[in-house]
Amino acid sequence: MNNELIKIIDLYTSTTENKEILSGLNLTVNKGEVHVIMGPNGAGKSTLMNAIMGHPRYEVTAGRIEFEGEDITELKTDERARKGIFLSFQTPEEVPGITVEGMLKGARFAATGEPVRSIRFRKEMKEKLDILQFDESYATRYLNVGFSGGEKKKNEVFQMMMLNPKLAILDEIDSGLDVDAIRSVANGINNYMDEDKSLLIITHSNKLLDYVKPDFVHILMDGRIVKTGDASVAKEIIDNGFMEYKEVVDL
Amino acid sequence: MRRKAWLFNMDKKKTFVEDIDRSIYDIRNEDRYSYKSDKGLTRDIIIEISKQKNEPKWMLDFRLKSLETYENTALPTWGPNLDDLDMDNIVTYVKPDTEMKGTWEEIPSEIKDTFVKLGIPKAEHEYLAGVGAQYDSEVVYHSIKEELVKQGVIYSDMESAIRDYEDIVKEYFMKLVPPNDHKFVALHGAVWSGGSFVYVPEGVEVDIPLQSYFRSNSPGAGQFEHTLIIVEKGAKLHFIEGCSAPKYSVTNLHAGCVELYVKEDATLRYSTIENWSRNMMNLNTKRAVVDKNGSIEWISGSFGSKVSMLYPMSILKGEGARSEFTSITFAGKGQILDTGTKVVHSAPYTSSTINTKSISKGGGQAIYRGSVTVTPNAHHSKSTISCESLMMDDISVSDTIPVLDIMNDEVEIGHEAKIGKISDDTIFYLMSRGISEEEAKAMIVRGFAEPIAKELPLEYAVEMNNLIKLELEGSIG
Ligand SMILES: Nc1ncnc2c1ncn2[C@@H]1O[C@H](COP(=O)(O)OP(=O)(O)OP(=O)(O)O)[C@@H](O)[C@H]1O
Ligand SMILES: [Mg+2]
Repeated sequence: MNNELIKIIDLYTSTTENKEILSGLNLTVNKGEVHVIMGPNGAGKSTLMNAIMGHPRYEVTAGRIEFEGEDITELKTDERARKGIFLSFQTPEEVPGITVEGMLKGARFAATGEPVRSIRFRKEMKEKLDILQFDESYATRYLNVGFSGGEKKKNEVFQMMMLNPKLAILDEIDSGLDVDAIRSVANGINNYMDEDKSLLIITHSNKLLDYVKPDFVHILMDGRIVKTGDASVAKEIIDNGFMEYKEVVDL
Repeated sequence: MRRKAWLFNMDKKKTFVEDIDRSIYDIRNEDRYSYKSDKGLTRDIIIEISKQKNEPKWMLDFRLKSLETYENTALPTWGPNLDDLDMDNIVTYVKPDTEMKGTWEEIPSEIKDTFVKLGIPKAEHEYLAGVGAQYDSEVVYHSIKEELVKQGVIYSDMESAIRDYEDIVKEYFMKLVPPNDHKFVALHGAVWSGGSFVYVPEGVEVDIPLQSYFRSNSPGAGQFEHTLIIVEKGAKLHFIEGCSAPKYSVTNLHAGCVELYVKEDATLRYSTIENWSRNMMNLNTKRAVVDKNGSIEWISGSFGSKVSMLYPMSILKGEGARSEFTSITFAGKGQILDTGTKVVHSAPYTSSTINTKSISKGGGQAIYRGSVTVTPNAHHSKSTISCESLMMDDISVSDTIPVLDIMNDEVEIGHEAKIGKISDDTIFYLMSRGISEEEAKAMIVRGFAEPIAKELPLEYAVEMNNLIKLELEGSIG
């Protein structure tokens, strides 16, 4: 049996202004694996995640994305999400007037097509919120409106736990979190993970990696994966930076 | 706070209404009537309307005087184009084929069924203290709870009010909105028919809302209902007004008039959901005058119509008087909704809050037009204005035309206007949770309208959300 969850094949993307950002990127994530992507600011990490999720602003000009063996390159964002891809945003959007709970119920309904039972749903939310040490009141607040940077990140993980995707992409989930929040978020991630699920984590630090152990670490530079290794690569980057790889790319 | 209590009452019932179907609003009954005036506007037509109504002479004189004013008044030189309105083609009076009744059973089934489908008898049964239902030019049903009658509250149709409370009506009728105010109130003065009269005596707090519903059925007709509400010292009332009409290919006209008298320490909340068909010219006039420490709260939802011009006005006449205006306007394809509010602060320590939202889609035009005036003696007055517009695409139009006329230095005025297009990133964010594009947009709009929905009793908030949904789907013709 093929164990591949997502496979990105020779992907090129450009913005609507025709700026090429990803230039022939290849990446495969198998079920049950934790992958980390590191790379300097502006390298194209968020672009890759947006492309996986199908943001209309990032046009795929060549290559393709397969999810569980199916080509999803042309699918709309909501269809990809319903297939089991979740993106935790680097900067989550604020949506006034719609509560976290209301949005999640809408998402649940979209996924199952069945009416959402309020009481059961609340109980489920409470369980997840407790794991995250996130007060229940956040569920009744308008989506991200007035949330602090750290609260927004927690809220992304909360949504991930509620939607229970096959692949969770976490774009800098650890930036802006205090030490306790990192631990709570890690608890949430570990609670979500099992051998059939996968994680794709973008990070600039090892804070989260103390709790969530990566199987592979990739370095993304100039729109491509320039190195893949084990957890030690992350440590090396955090100690030495990307200089060494810059030279490789420049050749 | 009173508002909370209302909401609480409503919430308890946990009503869950499935999507309403536009067809409810579009029920077109056969144009049956016991009397219908000729098209156009003449002295004879007005004399005949008055005769049909068996009115006192002072009212006929008032009508004829208003007709003269109408003829001598020019159309407004600003605002949307009104060329589609040809008064020679409008039937100003259509008397339904029934007398006014006190029970629904007595009303001809076709008319009754229309109101049943619009949910009126159910609402009456579940959460209203009284109901008035108008069909074309006349009120066909009126009711009020016995407890309120015992407390001296009057709620009746305007025609009965002229008969039964002639002195009060004479004292107040079109004094706040005189016929020479503008062309369409002059028209209203000449041909008005139907509407509701409410009188709440001193100190009486009416906890459960009253509702009047105005249904226009006859093609090419005008509806000119008159609503007169007097809330005496220290009294309280929540009044709800609903309007709708089926769609026709000919132009219909709505030129109602609402006069609200809020006395010292009194509170009146006036909530409206207008939902007109796209052939309606809606030129409506509403005004409140508020005495010392009194309070007027307008909640206004404007949907449908071809053209709407609607600017409810609050005159804060007594020291410490307050007004709150909360509104939402939705302009779809081919529609111009020119709405807003006017506030006159004419006493010290008065305050006003204006909070408007508009949505435009498919080339629709939503214009906010408003004015705040502070007279020289109205020191220590406060006004906070916030106007927000959401455009669903690049072809829709939104504009804000605020006028401030401040004749006193010791005032606090805050003004904020936000006009923006629906954000692609927000749509993407919601879609990334598995929500379809259509539902994501609906969610964003619902969230945008939430501050207004929050002010409405639950059932009406649900109706409003459904109207928004229907508008977004473009299923309204
Ligand atoms: N819509 C856009 N229009 C133009 N340029 C864009 C657009 N989106 C991204 N870019 C550019 O593409 C490059 C990659 O951006 P991206 O957000 O993917 O970087 P990143 O690797 O996530 O960086 P960071 O670590 O700072 O989050 C940047 O140079 C950025 O300015
Ligand atoms: Mg990024």
